[in-house]
Amino acid sequence: MEPMMQRIECLRAIHPRLQDCLVVTIMGAVPTELQSLGHRSNFFYLQHAMGLASSTGLGLALCLPEQRIVVIDGDGSILMNLGGFTTLARYRPMNLVHVIFDNESLLSVGGFPTATATGSDLAAIAQAAGIPKAKTVRTLQEFEQAFAEAMAGNELTCIVAKVEATGPKSYITELSLLENRFQFRRHIEKITNKSKPSDLTLRPLLSPRLSGELLTLVPFVFLRVTLWLIFVLAVKQAFVRWTRWQVF
Amino acid sequence: MPVSLANSQIVYEALKKCGIGLVSALPETWLVHLIRMAEDDPEMILVRLAKEEEAVGISAGAHFAGTKSAMLMQNHGFLASINGIVSFAQLYRIPLLMVISYRGHFGERDPWQTQGGAATEPLLRALGIPYAFLDDPKTVEKRIAAAQTWAASSLHPAAVLLTRELMWEE
Repeated sequence: MEPMMQRIECLRAIHPRLQDCLVVTIMGAVPTELQSLGHRSNFFYLQHAMGLASSTGLGLALCLPEQRIVVIDGDGSILMNLGGFTTLARYRPMNLVHVIFDNESLLSVGGFPTATATGSDLAAIAQAAGIPKAKTVRTLQEFEQAFAEAMAGNELTCIVAKVEATGPKSYITELSLLENRFQFRRHIEKITNKSKPSDLTLRPLLSPRLSGELLTLVPFVFLRVTLWLIFVLAVKQAFVRWTRWQVF
Repeated sequence: MPVSLANSQIVYEALKKCGIGLVSALPETWLVHLIRMAEDDPEMILVRLAKEEEAVGISAGAHFAGTKSAMLMQNHGFLASINGIVSFAQLYRIPLLMVISYRGHFGERDPWQTQGGAATEPLLRALGIPYAFLDDPKTVEKRIAAAQTWAASSLHPAAVLLTRELMWEE
C-alpha cells in the first residue's frame, strides 16, 4: 500500500502560494508545521475555539471581497461546527478556499478516532450542505492540483485532504497568540488602507475643537492681509506721483 | 405581533449610528423586526447563522477586516456561544457587541425560556462581560453607543440586553 499523504508535505507545497492570501488556521499541528515552514504576517492561527476558523474566514471573506482567504481546518475542528458549512454555503464567498486536513483523529489529545474514521465523509457533507465544489484528495499531486484549481477559480471550494495522523512533538511555538493577532490585524490594515476602526486611533495633531477655532480666524487673517496690501499699493502710488511731481 | 416595531427601529438606527457594517443573527421572536431591517438595508452585511457561536468567528473576521459588527442573539444563543466568547474573543482580545434579547425574565410566559432567563446575568458577570439594559427608548442610542465604544477601546465583549419593557407591547 502506498504511504499516506503527510500534512507538512501539503503545507510545504502550498506555502509559497499563501503569500498573497489571508490565511486562518486551526490549533494543533497545522500552526506548528506552518510556522516551521515560515511564519508570515498574513497568517492567523486560532489556537483554540475549535470550529470557528471557518467562521472567521467567512467574516473576512464577506468584509474583504477583493482578498483571497484560505482557511486551513481539520476534521476534529469542522466536526464541532458542521452547521458552519451551511452558513458558508448560504453566502458562497467566491474568494474563500477551505482546506480540511482529515487525519481521522484528534491527534493532539491522544489520537482518538473522529467520526471520519468510521465513515463520515466531510466532502459529501460539504457538498450536501450546498458548498459548490467539494472534493477529497489522497495524494500530494491531487492536493496540489485541487488547490491550484481552487485558487484560480471563482467558486467557494472545499478540499478534504486525507493525511496521516502524525504531527510535531510539541505544539507550543515562539509566537504569542496576541502578537500574532495584532500582526494579522496590522497586515490587513496595511493592504486594505481601511480607515482605522478600533485598535489604535491616531490622534490628529490639533484637536478638532482647536482646529475649529483656528478656522474661525481665517476671515480675520484674510481681512488683515487685504488691508495691508491696499495700504502698500496706496503708498506706492503716492510715491510714484510724488516722483513725477518732482520731475515736472 | 406585539414586538415593538418603533423600538426595534430605534435599536437599529442606534447600531447604524455607531458605524455597524455587519450583523450576524439567528432568528428569535423579539429580533424579527431587527433582522428584517438588516435584510432591507443594502449597506448592511447580514449573516444568518446556524448556531450563535459562529457569530464570534464572523465578528472576529470582520474586526480583522476593519468592519464594526454586532451580534443579534437570544440569551440562549449567548449561552450557546460561551466557548467561542472565552477562547476566541477574550483569549485574543476581540471586541464584540452582543445585542441579546433577554428572554425568560420577569413577565415571561413561555416556560422554556425561564431557566436561561435566570442564568443570563450571573453568567455575564462570571465572564466579566459588562452589560447595560435597553429598557427605555430614550436611552437606547446612548447605551448602544457607549457599549460599542467600550468594546472597541477595551478589545473585549460587551453586551446590551433587550428587555421586555422595550421590545414587547401588550
